[in-house]
Amino acid sequence: MTSPHMTTESKMLKIENIHAEVDGKPILKGLSLELKAGEVHAIMGPNGAGKSTLGYVLAGRPGYEVTEGSAVFDGRDLLEMAPHERAAAGLFLGFQYPVEIPGVSNLQFLREALNAQRRARGQEPLSGGDFIKLARAQANALGLDPEMLKRPVNVGFSGGEKKRAEMVQMGIIDPKLAILDETDSGLDIDALRAVGAGINAIMRKPDKAVLLITHYQRLLDYVRPDFVHVLAGGRIVRSGGPELAHQLEAEGYTEIAA
Amino acid sequence: MSTLPTKRDEAWRYSDLKALERIWPVPVPDKVIVPAGKAERLSLVQDAPTGQVVVRDFTIEVGVGASFAMQLVNAGGQFGRIALDVTLYEGASFELDAAMIAGGEQTIELVTIVRHFEANATSRQTVRSIAGGKGTVSYVGKVAVSRDAQKTDASQSVKAMLLDRGATANAKPELEIFADDVKCAHGATVGELDAQALFYLASRGLPQAQAKALLLRAFVSGLFDGSPDEERFTAAIDAALETLL
Repeated sequence: MTSPHMTTESKMLKIENIHAEVDGKPILKGLSLELKAGEVHAIMGPNGAGKSTLGYVLAGRPGYEVTEGSAVFDGRDLLEMAPHERAAAGLFLGFQYPVEIPGVSNLQFLREALNAQRRARGQEPLSGGDFIKLARAQANALGLDPEMLKRPVNVGFSGGEKKRAEMVQMGIIDPKLAILDETDSGLDIDALRAVGAGINAIMRKPDKAVLLITHYQRLLDYVRPDFVHVLAGGRIVRSGGPELAHQLEAEGYTEIAA
Repeated sequence: MSTLPTKRDEAWRYSDLKALERIWPVPVPDKVIVPAGKAERLSLVQDAPTGQVVVRDFTIEVGVGASFAMQLVNAGGQFGRIALDVTLYEGASFELDAAMIAGGEQTIELVTIVRHFEANATSRQTVRSIAGGKGTVSYVGKVAVSRDAQKTDASQSVKAMLLDRGATANAKPELEIFADDVKCAHGATVGELDAQALFYLASRGLPQAQAKALLLRAFVSGLFDGSPDEERFTAAIDAALETLL
């Protein structure tokens, strides 16, 4: 019983030879990547390399069409699942540009979302009181005023508040795999530190994994990756340890990606 | 009116006249008279079962310095029509919040005439409509300002959301102004659900129908915030959305 269970658990995400296009334009061209439980991977790369596309493809955004290849998440065919099913299976995408939703409060949205996930997994929905407690605790942990959770989703939030709010969502939802798309962009140094600490507290666990999509080294000072990959021209052109991020910062992408 | 209207009649141009035949002649209008200086309100939920034909006419007179607030959900039946003929006297005020939802092959409509008969009256109409399937939602609203009705302040805000290719939304605000010192604002938009917002909600675990319902409730929600009948309205809207999605 234990050992087959362990094997599926340890292999969190396996992407093989993914090709994907948007509006008929090929963006990902044979990308392969493997994440095991307990690992943090960083994907770096120049603008237009396909970093955000990778996140969207994995989360199932309509219009991002996979033409070849496979992605297996926690033993299941990810590409067969609808976006909400991927979420319920434990995948979380942190958006580079979190979407504003007027008229829908954070609390209402997150409670419905969490309970939809719980129902999909055959768990009891969380009561109103328990949910509020959880939401407040996560907001406090990320340094976001819990009162802001009563406001419409991301409406009137500053860039930093939106990213903190994404991490509060992640804390409430408690996913297995977090794909964080430029979560560090637009953050001042305090917010960066808070967000970094949040990622570690929520996701640095033996049964979870993180894929950090980022432009810069600076987030990686707070969330130390086990592996760093360089994405260029729609595929991984180089992989290495944390030192690769420093090398990229020093030498630039052109040198490394060449 | 004893003969059936035709599409040439402005107030019936978007109606389901075939369905109308089944109940013609329509009942006489309900009369509402708000005496001078009084404030009254009326809530109306039209949630007739599938297949029924409902035509509700109201003639409303709002006396000097009086106010009338009407809130309604129009969502039931094969053909559901609500028509208001409102006359405003000196300094009177009329407020209308209306939500309309049509799915399947429903025709849901709101037809209003607001007559600013004397000076200094205000009217505000806020209409939010949702059409899915092959449903049709229509708003035909006329604001008529008499020659003596100076300082009239009238507004019509009409927004419609289309969910499916076969759905139709009509919005026809119309002004007929004979005074020269008036403020008459009107705006009408027809849109669809924001694909980015839908994906964002889905990525957090909401199934499509639930995500759509959340956005659509938000679209109409502002209308009934704080209303004494908020719960009744919300329940009617939720029920209509559930059939629609």
